[in-house]
Amino acid sequence: MSTVISIENVSKTYRLGDIGGGTLKEGFARWCAKLRGKPDALAQIADLFLALDNVSFEVKQGEVLGVIGRNGAGKSTLLKILSQVTAPSSGRIRIRGRIASMLEVGTGFHPELTGRENIFLNGAILGMTKAEIRKKFDSIVAFSEIEQFIDTPVKRFSSGMYVRLAFAVAAHLEPDILIVDEVLAVGDISFQKKCLGKMGDVAKQGRTVVLVSHQLNPIRRLCDRAVWLDKGVVRQLGPPHEVASAYESATRSRDETLSVRDGVAKERAKFICWDIEGADASAPHRVDSLDPLTIRFHLAVRTPIPRGVHGIALYNHQRHLIWGTAAYNFALAPGDYYFSYKFPTLPLRPGPYSWLVSLFDDQERLDLWEATPEMIVATESYQHPRDEGSGLLNLKVGFSADAVITEGVGVGPYIHKDG
Amino acid sequence: MNVSLNSVIDESWTATITPHRGWFDWRLKQLWGYRDLISLFVWRDFVSVYKQTILGPAWHIIQPLLTTITFTVIFGRVAKISTNGVSPFLFYLVGTVFWGYFANNVTKTSSTFVSNAYLLGKVYFHRLAIPISVAISNLVTLGIQLGIFLMCFAFEYARGSNVHFTAWILLTPFFLFILGGYALGFGIIVSALTTRYRDLANLVNFGVTLGMYATPVIYPVSAVPAHYRWVTQINPLTVLMEGFRLAFLGVGQVDMAQLAASFGIMLVVLAVGLMLFTRVERVFMDTV
Repeated sequence: MSTVISIENVSKTYRLGDIGGGTLKEGFARWCAKLRGKPDALAQIADLFLALDNVSFEVKQGEVLGVIGRNGAGKSTLLKILSQVTAPSSGRIRIRGRIASMLEVGTGFHPELTGRENIFLNGAILGMTKAEIRKKFDSIVAFSEIEQFIDTPVKRFSSGMYVRLAFAVAAHLEPDILIVDEVLAVGDISFQKKCLGKMGDVAKQGRTVVLVSHQLNPIRRLCDRAVWLDKGVVRQLGPPHEVASAYESATRSRDETLSVRDGVAKERAKFICWDIEGADASAPHRVDSLDPLTIRFHLAVRTPIPRGVHGIALYNHQRHLIWGTAAYNFALAPGDYYFSYKFPTLPLRPGPYSWLVSLFDDQERLDLWEATPEMIVATESYQHPRDEGSGLLNLKVGFSADAVITEGVGVGPYIHKDG
Repeated sequence: MNVSLNSVIDESWTATITPHRGWFDWRLKQLWGYRDLISLFVWRDFVSVYKQTILGPAWHIIQPLLTTITFTVIFGRVAKISTNGVSPFLFYLVGTVFWGYFANNVTKTSSTFVSNAYLLGKVYFHRLAIPISVAISNLVTLGIQLGIFLMCFAFEYARGSNVHFTAWILLTPFFLFILGGYALGFGIIVSALTTRYRDLANLVNFGVTLGMYATPVIYPVSAVPAHYRWVTQINPLTVLMEGFRLAFLGVGQVDMAQLAASFGIMLVVLAVGLMLFTRVERVFMDTV
């Protein structure tokens, strides 16, 4: 497939500090200093911030590329340069085809104008002609689901209606390349899913999509490739589940020190850490497959525990309890222990999960630990491609469609029977 | 496009984004592609401004009328400045309407980047679409105001006032084109500079007001003492204001050489404006 976006050694520097704005007097002073060959006194105050540092990669036609990274990693800068809102400081980007960008929903919406009027205005701002908008008008209104308010000024819209209308216009753009930034963060869940679905359709029509999102699941599901930007540099580029998992592991382990273990007397016993037995040392908290695995919690015991009680729970990132169990009446002498759980498989939908473990001596709580870092499930997904159809479990199940052959009744060839 | 580094241009690429663009890379052909956007901007300016107002578009008429009445009282009655023998009210109305077109264009265009930053920072379209739509919006306003002028003219004419149209009226579109060119040129020069230097924005209103007194808007060139006449002579807008009055009121002097010079200088101002605008539009988001 041909390359539609070619990014070559692109860098972007911003000046920090107050230099950018400035007054005429300052500018004049700097100009005078320059004329006299003196060092530019004011320029020295300014720190340069490298938002993008020599970034190069290509995007192929029909590909959905996800861009992930922490805040300030350069994602938005890259999208701004691609959308021609700002220019790179060095390097070059070449583009093949018509490009449309959605760095925000509802760009150029005028509060005093009605929904109908804003469809035209916003459509034209995004690059459509009046004729195109007129042709797609009914479809836009239907997609937005706000038919009855279409002649109301948008200033009276709820924020949800506003977003629906704005996204409906953008979803009907037909560019060769669509650039989308974080817009999925707004709107209600069902509409978000509709938008994601529409974006998937766009990709199927052979158009190219560049998508920035903090939600890693849409990236995993929609994208063909993902790029991870870190401090302006391309840290990793490859299959979305690999890049997303690597990114997740990196950001989670950073929070390791933040374990919340307060409110519990931990003098007698304490959970130290947890890992997956036999896991890759670089990612000891990542589940990569549906194979059997053992989760270990390292426990340090200082005083004898005659009537031990231990509980464990697994939560997903929405704090839904996924699984839990408990063990009663065991005795522990002082020393170090591994509490191990052997799972035949952990068929969970990809994403972050957290373990909660507790230890009691009869009624006395010795430790309650929300295990850090979180467990990252990065298994290949066998789930429904759309969010609403996928559910909690990720199971690889067999499927077949076989004709049922019953004598005389049911589906299948009719067999004639005598008497 | 910057091709200095790349000797070979691959024609199959539709766009190349580089750090710098040439001073003369104005992309006017691309601007033509945004004509629907320009027309929607013009329409938005009209529709949105008068929603939830009582008088609506009537404000287009009230403002120049009140200004003209003020001028008639102060300059005509109190200061008794010559109006070449025509009705002071009509004299000032012509000046107010045409100078108003210039002044509104300059002030509104000069804040193109700063007041549209929220929009320009989110989406790309040819940035000149904004100043062009301003010029067209104001042209519509001017049309409405000229309608009012014609009514006043008819009234005065019926009263036997010494006013008449001349054949110069056929040249008014050309005068207007030059005036619009100056407004666009000055406007985009200031807009480009205000992205870095905000204090220039304060200068604009002041400058436009000063400009009105330096240009024969409320007085005829003939009323200027010979000693100071060079000031009005080197002002390229003088010939335009005189031209409008010659066309609509039958008083004034238009020198063809001056008109040609005015046209030439307008092209230079516009070119300088486009050059600065082209440089600034690509990176203004970083400094605005």
